[in-house]
Amino acid sequence: MIEVRFHGRGGQGAVTSVEICAVSAIDDGKFAQGFPSFGPERRGAPVLAFLRVSEKPIKLRSRIYEPDVIVVLDPSLLAAENPTLGLKKSGTIVINTGKSAQEIKNMFPGFRVAAIDAYSVARDELGIPIANTTMIGALVKATDIISMKSMEDSITERFGRLAQKNINACRRAYNETVII
Amino acid sequence: MAKPMEQYKWHELNAGCVIDEPGSASEYKTGSWRVQKPVWDDSKCIKCGVCWMFCPDAAIYQKKDGYFEANLDYCKGCGICARECWPCAITMVEG
Amino acid sequence: MNNKNKKGIEVSIALSESVKLCRFEAISAYPITPQTHIVEHLSELVAEGELAAEFITIESEHSALSACIGASAAGARTFTSTSSQGLELMHEILFIASGLRMPIVMAVANRALSAPLSIWNDHGDVMAARDAGWIQIFCENGQEAVDSIIIATRFAEDRRVLLPVMVNLDGFILSHVVEPIEFPAQESVDAFLPSYDPLYTLHPDRPLTMGAYALPELYTEARYAQENALINSKDVINEVMGEFGKKFGREYRVVESYNCEKADTVFVAMGSMNENIMTAIDELKSRGKEAGLVKIRLFRPFPSEELAEVLSGKKRIIVIDRAMPGGAMNGPVFSEISSLAKIRGLDAILSNFILGLGGRDVVPEAFIDIYNESMARTSTFVKAAKTNYRIVGVRE
Repeated sequence: MIEVRFHGRGGQGAVTSVEICAVSAIDDGKFAQGFPSFGPERRGAPVLAFLRVSEKPIKLRSRIYEPDVIVVLDPSLLAAENPTLGLKKSGTIVINTGKSAQEIKNMFPGFRVAAIDAYSVARDELGIPIANTTMIGALVKATDIISMKSMEDSITERFGRLAQKNINACRRAYNETVII
Repeated sequence: MAKPMEQYKWHELNAGCVIDEPGSASEYKTGSWRVQKPVWDDSKCIKCGVCWMFCPDAAIYQKKDGYFEANLDYCKGCGICARECWPCAITMVEG
Repeated sequence: MNNKNKKGIEVSIALSESVKLCRFEAISAYPITPQTHIVEHLSELVAEGELAAEFITIESEHSALSACIGASAAGARTFTSTSSQGLELMHEILFIASGLRMPIVMAVANRALSAPLSIWNDHGDVMAARDAGWIQIFCENGQEAVDSIIIATRFAEDRRVLLPVMVNLDGFILSHVVEPIEFPAQESVDAFLPSYDPLYTLHPDRPLTMGAYALPELYTEARYAQENALINSKDVINEVMGEFGKKFGREYRVVESYNCEKADTVFVAMGSMNENIMTAIDELKSRGKEAGLVKIRLFRPFPSEELAEVLSGKKRIIVIDRAMPGGAMNGPVFSEISSLAKIRGLDAILSNFILGLGGRDVVPEAFIDIYNESMARTSTFVKAAKTNYRIVGVRE
């Protein structure tokens, strides 16, 4: 079982991300759970969302304290909190950042880093700096837990007429994410 | 009710205690509660029907000649009809 | 293991789709966190014409359940849903629904009670309504929630039952999770669930009285009749669950057990915590220790025979509650189990742990600690303590 913790800010689509990922993983024939850190929705506040993907049925109903992967949707969260808290040894940090993967690696030695400037991709492809679908592409590249095919299907179902732009952002991130 | 309520066993009651005999309240004669009864003076009655309208037990009916009378099986003798009768055609008397 | 027939969907949405599969004809509900997604999705289904139901909008939960009683009395298959304070605002009407024998189905996304204000999960809301004469089912996961709506609708409307049902699912912990759900086909649900054929309906052509008063000469018999219907509903529930298992391949029972054959020590619990307990049991097994889990799926009517059977011969029974006792000697589930143990002469050391209140996260490790603590106990009665239960994780 792979456990992923998303770190974002209210309104950035962290919850939508885990929902799309869980739906896609289930479409792939796996077992998955996607859920928010339950609570009132507060725009801008740091929020968590959780994703579990497994080959076997999941018998767990708790938050994720020791993730295999963290996804950081907003670079400013690195200063606001410590997203790597509890991250397993040699776990993966998938991060939206203007910095290079090596710079992030230097900040968090011992972890695998997958870096993408998702705001820049999202601005190009969607016209707005909402990075969630972009970061999903980076997550797929970094972990291989979900197929791009299912992911694109889920994005299509979820976003309707805005789907193609989001798929483009997702694909670009898949291709451009740097992993070290 | 087909028999007095204190004779019903639990399994003889309808689900949810539904009363499925329409109008079964008419079996319950409340006339015995009465101390006084209304008596009409037809010479004063103008057949306006206020007594009929106000009777809370629907115990007043209109006779063929158009004047009113109480059904003493149900009239409880409350006196509302006498109070409301503005031509003062109704008097409450013992019985 | 393959998961091909399943769809990834949020449990609240899945539950609403199950309501659609059951072809409910009337819905009245007032939105309240964390039940909101259920009501929102149902109103969408009705607005889009996918569900041919009357959606009665009202200004409170008291009115919602009142409207449901009216709809049910008129012969409609009727659904509602609520949480927490909403359930308590319905409280007065809960008893009328059961007393009038209205087979209303209600999904309760369980949430803690105010004050202090909490939108998060525990069983405080439903425990305050546990003796309202409703049948109560507790769900462990999303699939159970979906299936329980279908099962509940079927037995609620059975002429031998005619009682309202609460289908409890833990708020947020279940209601807001995207997980794999297998939906039965509409034709299969239609075959399993014929349209509602009410015993009595309010109709101008056939007048009758519902909700008349009962004098002291009759009230005892009336309530005894209702109580009997509730007690005897368990046989019908067992029968319907059995038939559902045969038709849909997913077996449910009023009491279920996990790893109970070998274990002398068993947990008793309800709702989504069961999954964490099973994970803890697997972990204990890997450490060479045996524990079992007895899951209470049906809380009202209380399945005493089934529980006595599975609990007999056990040496230690660890009862998990997710609600404050409110001045009682123990949590509500424990009170039932200790009563059962005394009546049935079960010779076990009982212990009561309360956790997961107001959304406090529960992890499997908590149950390993609880197991170890219980193993150290030598009697049910704890002499030095003011209370006989322990609130797990409270900061002292």
